[in-house]
Amino acid sequence: MTTMKTLLGAAATTALCAGAALAEPGLIIDLGGKFDKSFNESAYTGAQTWVEETDGDYMETELASEAQREQTMRRMADRGANPVVVLGFANGSTLEQVAPDYPDTNFVIVDMVVEQPNVQSVVFAEHEGSYLVGLMAAMASETGTVSFVGGMDVPLIRKFACGYAQGAKAANPDVTVIANMTGTTPSAWNDPVKGGELTKSQISQGSDVVYAAAGGTGVGVLQAAEDEGILAIGVDSNQNYLHPGTMLTSMVKRVDNAVYDAFKNAEAGELQTGIVVKDLSNDGVGVAMDEFNAELVSDEMMAAVEEAKAAIVAGELEVHDYTSDDSCPVLDF
Amino acid sequence: MNYLDLVQILDSTIRLSTPLLFACLAGLFSERSGVFDIGLEGKILISAFFSAAVAALTGSVWLGLGAGIAASVVFALIHGLASITFRGDQLISGVAINFLAAGMTVLIAQDWFAQGGRTPQLSGSARFSSIDLPFADALRDVPLLGPLYAEALSGHTILVYAGLLAVPLTWYVLFRTRFGLRLRAVGENPGAVDTAGVSVVRLRYAAVLICGVLCGMAGSYLATGLAASFTQNMSAGRGFIALAALIFAKWRPWYALGACLLFGLLQAISNRYSSIDLVVIEIPNAFVLALPYILTVVILAGFVGKATPPRAGGEPYVKER
Repeated sequence: MTTMKTLLGAAATTALCAGAALAEPGLIIDLGGKFDKSFNESAYTGAQTWVEETDGDYMETELASEAQREQTMRRMADRGANPVVVLGFANGSTLEQVAPDYPDTNFVIVDMVVEQPNVQSVVFAEHEGSYLVGLMAAMASETGTVSFVGGMDVPLIRKFACGYAQGAKAANPDVTVIANMTGTTPSAWNDPVKGGELTKSQISQGSDVVYAAAGGTGVGVLQAAEDEGILAIGVDSNQNYLHPGTMLTSMVKRVDNAVYDAFKNAEAGELQTGIVVKDLSNDGVGVAMDEFNAELVSDEMMAAVEEAKAAIVAGELEVHDYTSDDSCPVLDF
Repeated sequence: MNYLDLVQILDSTIRLSTPLLFACLAGLFSERSGVFDIGLEGKILISAFFSAAVAALTGSVWLGLGAGIAASVVFALIHGLASITFRGDQLISGVAINFLAAGMTVLIAQDWFAQGGRTPQLSGSARFSSIDLPFADALRDVPLLGPLYAEALSGHTILVYAGLLAVPLTWYVLFRTRFGLRLRAVGENPGAVDTAGVSVVRLRYAAVLICGVLCGMAGSYLATGLAASFTQNMSAGRGFIALAALIFAKWRPWYALGACLLFGLLQAISNRYSSIDLVVIEIPNAFVLALPYILTVVILAGFVGKATPPRAGGEPYVKER
């Protein structure tokens, strides 16, 4: 027993020393994969920006299954990574357990609030960004029907859908919004075949602009939109380049900035714990404009988006957040 | 729901049924010869990967199809080797194939393309494009049957029509040829076939090979027809639904077509409506998706008809010494 204790103590000391000496930041890529062209890829891009700028090193692992969350998180903390950045709401309950065991390590969780003294929770105002793309969708639609394909049916994704529907109704009160979710299990983030099929079904119901908030499933949605010649809106990363000519825009969620900021601040020793909100006012969410969608976006749309953005930032326009009361005034699920 | 909605749902049904149909017919050949195959899922997956990868590298979807079929046949041979030649447990060999495919595809994809276990997006001639059946435009305005023909039947990829043609072909081969008679006999009573001087091993290998080819077409259709790239675990349980369809169809080709269309229809309906309002009760989406499995259990329990598997199924054939 005593030997065991000594051993453990020695191991802990080494770990602590290593942590203090190296303090490399760590990033755990979530299910969906590093190159999902969406959420996880955005985080990876943020880490790469930091590497290019500072020439630093960071640790990275990719989850292969739901069961690995705790193990991966603990291992990364054991190896002395600080801060450890985890992506996605699904890590919430695990981090709640793990964080108290590593009081000297800081954790950053994106998309979820974990109330622990050593955790920074980064949340995004997805409903505000979705509102803006909803405006554009309704203005671009000729049929008066727009649609939404979500990934897993969770409150976070309903938040996207609800913001989108509100924006669309604001631009055109008579617009019809069709919303479908891919599934109720995590595999719904990675089923492009079903995503494409849902999109085709929505197109047959008259939709001519589709918004995908579905991780890797979105790849199939955007592909189906191009095949059938309708407009599509990407999510999280700027996905406009994927299908130039049919991508109306992307609702970018600057996960890359969140990761970059976490790495940067930790390096300077000033990582703040607690809740950090990224919204329109600090460009945490926004609408992607580049050379790939310039032809599709009219001046009218730009003006409407700018106007709405200014109103939301000033507090004159409030977009309903689904997660605040688990209901949406303009859309039934 | 009006008539046009119905036509669109049928259109979607045909697309969604095709991979199930290929896999179901594949299982039919294998199980009729007495080799149970729960590795359908793995074979679909490996073929989806190789067809997408080769199509992406060469730009030709036909080379992709060939590579997909070849990969699936190799896996079928592994299953054959384990369960026919070495007389291993067929279920375990099938499970092993599923795991092998799930891991191997992602590993090779990461090594070749470094895109997180997926292949690049396919476009142009690297995908199967839809073909219009003759007179589709001319017949579009014919009442009732016109839209059905032009919207639902026409405008699919060539593999869909190949799948539909495979049904009568399977029926003919199994029930109207000498090879088919022997194949069915070897699944019921291999001893009798052996006594007649026909090789049990060769017949079973032939069935397993045909199974590989058909699974290859299912996977290829998934990756290059329905979707435009391979993604991790993209078969998403279709191999298992196909097995359910096979039991539901009582190991008969025409019934298999019906079962696959029914299961496809259920998927199409759940895609289109988030819940079905039947005035009195509202049926949630998840129930519709679970129906294929529920129906299969009902059939297996013997409530509706009786599903009798081939009698020698699952048992390796050992010559008496």
